[in-house]
Amino acid sequence: MDRRNFFKASLAGGAALATGAASCPAQARETHPMPPEAVGLLFDSTLCVGCKACVAACKQANGMPLEFSTKDQYWDTPLDISGKTLNVIKAYRNGTMAVKDREENGFAFIKKSCMHCVDPSCVSACPVSAMKKDPKTGIVSYDKDACIGCRYCVAACPFGVPRFTYDSATPQISKCQLCVHRHKDGKYAACAEVCPTGATLYGKVSVLREEAQRRLAMKPGEKVEFPRGHLRGGQEKALQGAPEGKGEMRRQGWTDSSGQKYPGVAAQYLQHVYGEKEFGGTQMLMLSGVSFEKLGYPDLPPRSDAALSEGLQHTLYGGLIAPIAVLGALTFIAKRNVKPDNEEGGSHG
Amino acid sequence: MADHAHAPRPLGGSAFTPFTLLLGVLSAIAAAILLYRFIYGLGAVTNLNDGYPWGIWIAYDVVVGSAFACGGYAMALLVYIFNKGQYHPLVRPALLASLFGYTLAGVSVIFDLGRWWNFWHIFWPGYAQVNSVMFEVAVCISAYIVVMWIEFSPAFLEKLGMKDVKQKLNKLLFFFIALGVLLPSMHQSSLGSLLVIFGQQIHPLWQSGWMLPVIYLMTAILLGFAVVIFEATLSSTGFKRPLETKVLTPLSKIMFGLLAAYVVVRVLDLVLRGALGTAFAATWQAFWFWIEMAAFVVPLVLLATEESRRSAAKLFVGAVLLMFGGMLLRINGFLVGYMTGEGWNYFPSLAELMVTVGIIAFEILAYIVIVRKFPVLPAAQPATR
Repeated sequence: MDRRNFFKASLAGGAALATGAASCPAQARETHPMPPEAVGLLFDSTLCVGCKACVAACKQANGMPLEFSTKDQYWDTPLDISGKTLNVIKAYRNGTMAVKDREENGFAFIKKSCMHCVDPSCVSACPVSAMKKDPKTGIVSYDKDACIGCRYCVAACPFGVPRFTYDSATPQISKCQLCVHRHKDGKYAACAEVCPTGATLYGKVSVLREEAQRRLAMKPGEKVEFPRGHLRGGQEKALQGAPEGKGEMRRQGWTDSSGQKYPGVAAQYLQHVYGEKEFGGTQMLMLSGVSFEKLGYPDLPPRSDAALSEGLQHTLYGGLIAPIAVLGALTFIAKRNVKPDNEEGGSHG
Repeated sequence: MADHAHAPRPLGGSAFTPFTLLLGVLSAIAAAILLYRFIYGLGAVTNLNDGYPWGIWIAYDVVVGSAFACGGYAMALLVYIFNKGQYHPLVRPALLASLFGYTLAGVSVIFDLGRWWNFWHIFWPGYAQVNSVMFEVAVCISAYIVVMWIEFSPAFLEKLGMKDVKQKLNKLLFFFIALGVLLPSMHQSSLGSLLVIFGQQIHPLWQSGWMLPVIYLMTAILLGFAVVIFEATLSSTGFKRPLETKVLTPLSKIMFGLLAAYVVVRVLDLVLRGALGTAFAATWQAFWFWIEMAAFVVPLVLLATEESRRSAAKLFVGAVLLMFGGMLLRINGFLVGYMTGEGWNYFPSLAELMVTVGIIAFEILAYIVIVRKFPVLPAAQPATR
């Protein structure tokens, strides 16, 4: 091949690569579907009174250290989720802050913790299976014994959820795992359990979705009862009262608040369940009177980034077919061009 | 082909000069900082935070560092795949620089891993997660480092007088050369694919989606050529040898062609994604985008004629600009264009910078020592000058 041909070949090759890649997005893999038994949380910003009982309960249930943001370190005062804090309530404030759940001259509270995405970026990014999504419950959990501490999950998450303990020589990732360690005792997410107004509800995502739709259909100002704790669907209700963990729960000072009601007033909701479609869906759903972007939640497309990233990798490396074919071609060409017999003084060409 | 006259020879001379001493001191400072980092954690020496979990130890040391080490890859592609034998004398020095660049890029990953004692999990069935782009990058870079040591071993085997082993290896070398072309094609493109999963956290100017692997691969080869010109110029000045303009001029023509193709691909991608408009906004990202583009476009003008490609000065300036542009493309993608929400800031700490400087210093130091002791650089030809 002379130089002119090489020149042409490289230009043509570049163009082929470009068109090939441009025509590929059709092959992005499907966004994963919601696991049938998926559990999650429903957070209703309009019910949250900002008491932060959930923040304290989360710390206690997960054995997380205190974090201070004030000069006098009297009590736990985290400003955001971090290596020490898995769940936090933040305030939105605007102007005179006269009315709750109003965008202008109003205020609102918002929960920040793991969204338990249906098709999570952190799981797709993790090179060592330290982040896993339970195929049944859909809970995204973390295994520090597998983790190499590369922080690709921290960088990849669109919600900025996984956090890292940079100040430790043996650091690890911190993220909400929906209190999965308490499930075997018949207990559920501590944040939902202690929430006095039912602003944070735990339950099956299918049940929570129904509840969210029920609230969106309410007439603003109307007096309604909101469920608290663990919201169970029809079938689950029949089994209620059975969990063996109840005695243990009382001993530790927890109460199963399921079945209790909070009498409230329906707010002026935005007709939008955040997490229903965003990013292929999340297992934490949110309702609010203030736009989610103002509350710090990004406007995300309905497709997950994992679907795009994995689709690309599978197209290029699926079954190692393409790499092996290219290696075969390269070996053939190299065998022809490398002449070991010409070897003089150590050069191999 | 003047293969015989170009046969590589050790340069000889002393390895102890004020310059190598300085490089040694810089390397030692980096080593001390790293010792501190392993005892007290990443936070004790870096400015990393949850908004910027990756800093220059990843963006520069690994992503840029390995791209700067693509000289060996680009030359192998040219000489052994496109059968351009006249560039053969450039292969071995390029391969040596690649060997050090890649080995250090690979090792420096360990410095950045929080739970570094688990690093082997990435290669271990049961832990390894094949959907992860980082898995592909890690496996391919590791494999390439091994392949390069094998490719380069004839230089060591010569010195050690192991003729038999060398001859046997030479018979199989074509396969390792093929691997040595495949593996960098895979991981250099994947270094771009790492950004795909960041989605809209990456500014539109750098979030090219499925074009990322194409853009990163094209610039990696481009950087490979630029680095070869850069290194040839520096070592001719540093070791007081004649410059191989006769080889570098046609090489720069190939580089020019690839550069033209790259600029077209890059701009087309921006236009087709409708992202070009963001380049005209008053943002830091737009500012750095234009600097990056200038570093690619200026060499395109500078090296446009055969005459200008014969000028050693223009070749050097063009190569340096391309290296700067390739570096910016990567730094911009991984740091400047990484927008993770308000309130997060990152600028490397002095300690972080000193580690990066120390790694570069160690690389140069090792290169100097090796070319003085081992047959790497082609023997100078005073007759042609």
